[in-house]
Amino acid sequence: MEMRLRVDPVACDGFGHCAELAPEFIALDEWGYPILSPAPIPKQYQKIAEMAVNQCPRRALLFERLETAIRHKPIRKRV
Amino acid sequence: MTDVAASSMAPRLLAGTATGQRLDFSQHVAVHGPLALPNRKGTPQFREQILNEIDASGLTGRGGGGFPTGTKLRAYIQGHRRHAMVINVMEGEPAAQKDSVLACYAPHLILDGAEILATIVHAPSITVAVARDNPAAFESLSAAIAERQARGKRPFDIKVVAPPSRYVASEESALSHWLDGGMSLPTFRESKPARLPVRGRGAIVDNAETSAAVALIARHGGTWFASGGINGAAGTTLITIAGAVADPGVFEVPLGTPVRDVLALAKPIAAPTALLLGGYGGTFVGPEALDRPYSRDGLVDIGGNLGAGVIIVFNSSNCIVAEAARIARWMANESAGQCGPCVFGLPAMAAELGKLAAGSKDPALERSLTNHFEVINGRGACAHPDGVVRMARTALAVAGDDVASHLQGRPCAASRNDTILNLPYNEGEIEWK
Repeated sequence: MEMRLRVDPVACDGFGHCAELAPEFIALDEWGYPILSPAPIPKQYQKIAEMAVNQCPRRALLFERLETAIRHKPIRKRV
Repeated sequence: MTDVAASSMAPRLLAGTATGQRLDFSQHVAVHGPLALPNRKGTPQFREQILNEIDASGLTGRGGGGFPTGTKLRAYIQGHRRHAMVINVMEGEPAAQKDSVLACYAPHLILDGAEILATIVHAPSITVAVARDNPAAFESLSAAIAERQARGKRPFDIKVVAPPSRYVASEESALSHWLDGGMSLPTFRESKPARLPVRGRGAIVDNAETSAAVALIARHGGTWFASGGINGAAGTTLITIAGAVADPGVFEVPLGTPVRDVLALAKPIAAPTALLLGGYGGTFVGPEALDRPYSRDGLVDIGGNLGAGVIIVFNSSNCIVAEAARIARWMANESAGQCGPCVFGLPAMAAELGKLAAGSKDPALERSLTNHFEVINGRGACAHPDGVVRMARTALAVAGDDVASHLQGRPCAASRNDTILNLPYNEGEIEWK
C-alpha cells in the first residue's frame, strides 16, 4: 500500500517538528508551515514519516492511502 | 436591492417579477402553476422520476461548484442514512445578488424546490440559511413560509436561519458547522465529498437558484428546462452584472448566450477591457471572452468559470492591478484565520499587489508574487486562498503590459481612480458565531 503525507491545515500551528525530522521530503514555507510532496513516501523514509506523524504536537500530520489502480491482464478472445 | 431586468427571452426563474413585485403564494401559483407532491416521504417512483428529470435537465449547482445536481443527489442518497436539507442563500460574495433577488421576488420557487429536494432525500425538515446582513431576503422567505403554513394542510417544517455574514461562512462545511452549533468556519475534510454533520444527520447543501431550478424541472420536465439554454448549454441561469456598467443588476439569461450579449443587458459604460468572472475568487479574462458563449464549456479554455454567476466589467479607466490589490486585501480580511498559508500568505500577497499597484521598482517583487501564488495555492482547508490566487494570477495575466510599466515604477493613470468594486468595510473584529 503506497502512502503519502497530508496535513490538516486547520490543526497545524507551524511547530515545524515534521520538517526537522524529515527534511528530505517535508519543507517549510516562509511562515513555518509544512509543504508536503504529493508523491508517495519512498520506502526508505517510511520510518521517518511515521515518526513525523506520531510526534506532531498538534496531531495535524496524517497518512493518506494512495489507491493503486486495479489492472487486469488483457483477456485473450477468440476471434 | 438591484432591479430585476427583463432580457430578450421569456424569463423562467424570474417569471412574473418584471413589475418589481414580490410574488406571494397565490401569485406564485398563478404564474408557475401548482406543485403536486406525493406524501411527505415521497414514493420511490417519485424519487426516481424527479432524479431522472434532473439528470435530463443538465442542471449543475448554481452556487459556484457547477457539479451536476442529479449526480450529487444520487451520491448523497446512497451515502447517508439520516438526512438534513439545507438551502444556501448566504451569498457571501459581495458582488453577487442573484440569490437575494430570487429570495426577495420569487421566494416560493426556492421553497418549492426545497420541498421537492427534501422529499426525495427523505429529510424531515428544511433549513434555509440567509446571511445576517440580508434582512430583506430573510423577511421575504419568512413571510413566504408563513403564507404556506396558512394555506397548507400539512405544511413542511421549514425554518430560516441567519448565520454570520462573512465570505467563507457560505462555504458548505462552514455553514453546516454553524448549523451544528459551532462557529461558521470551514472545516478540514480528509476526503471530498465529505459528510457534513448537522445534529446527528448528514446534511446536503444546495444553492437557492439550484433549488428554484428544481421547482421548474418538477413542473415542466428536464427537457423543457434544458431547452432554455443555447449553443449547447442547458437551461437558463441568473447572473449579476456589476462594475463599469450603466445598469447593473441581476438578469436571467439562457446559458450559452454570447458574453457580449449578456453584458449588453447591463449597458457597459465603455468597451470592456477585462471581466472578472465568478466573483472575487474568480477569474479575470480579457476581451477575447466577449465572443464566447456564457457557459462552462464556452469559457473553460480561457480559464473562465461561471462561479456564483457574477460578471464584473472593467474598462480602460480601471486599473486591473489596483483593483486586484483591493480585492486581495479584502479577501485577506475575510480569511477565517485558521490555516497558516491563508492567514499569513494572503496579507503578504495583498501587500505585494498593493506595492505593484502603487508602482514599485523592487526587482524582486514579481518573482516574490509568483512564488506566493505557488506556495499559497491548495494549502487551506477550504478553497478561499485558492480563489484569491486565481483572481490575482489572472489579473496580472490580463493586465499584461500594464504590469510591466507598474514594475518600472510608472503606474498607469487609471490606478489613481476610485474603485468600481463593492467591498464592504471588513477590517477589525470578526463575528463567527
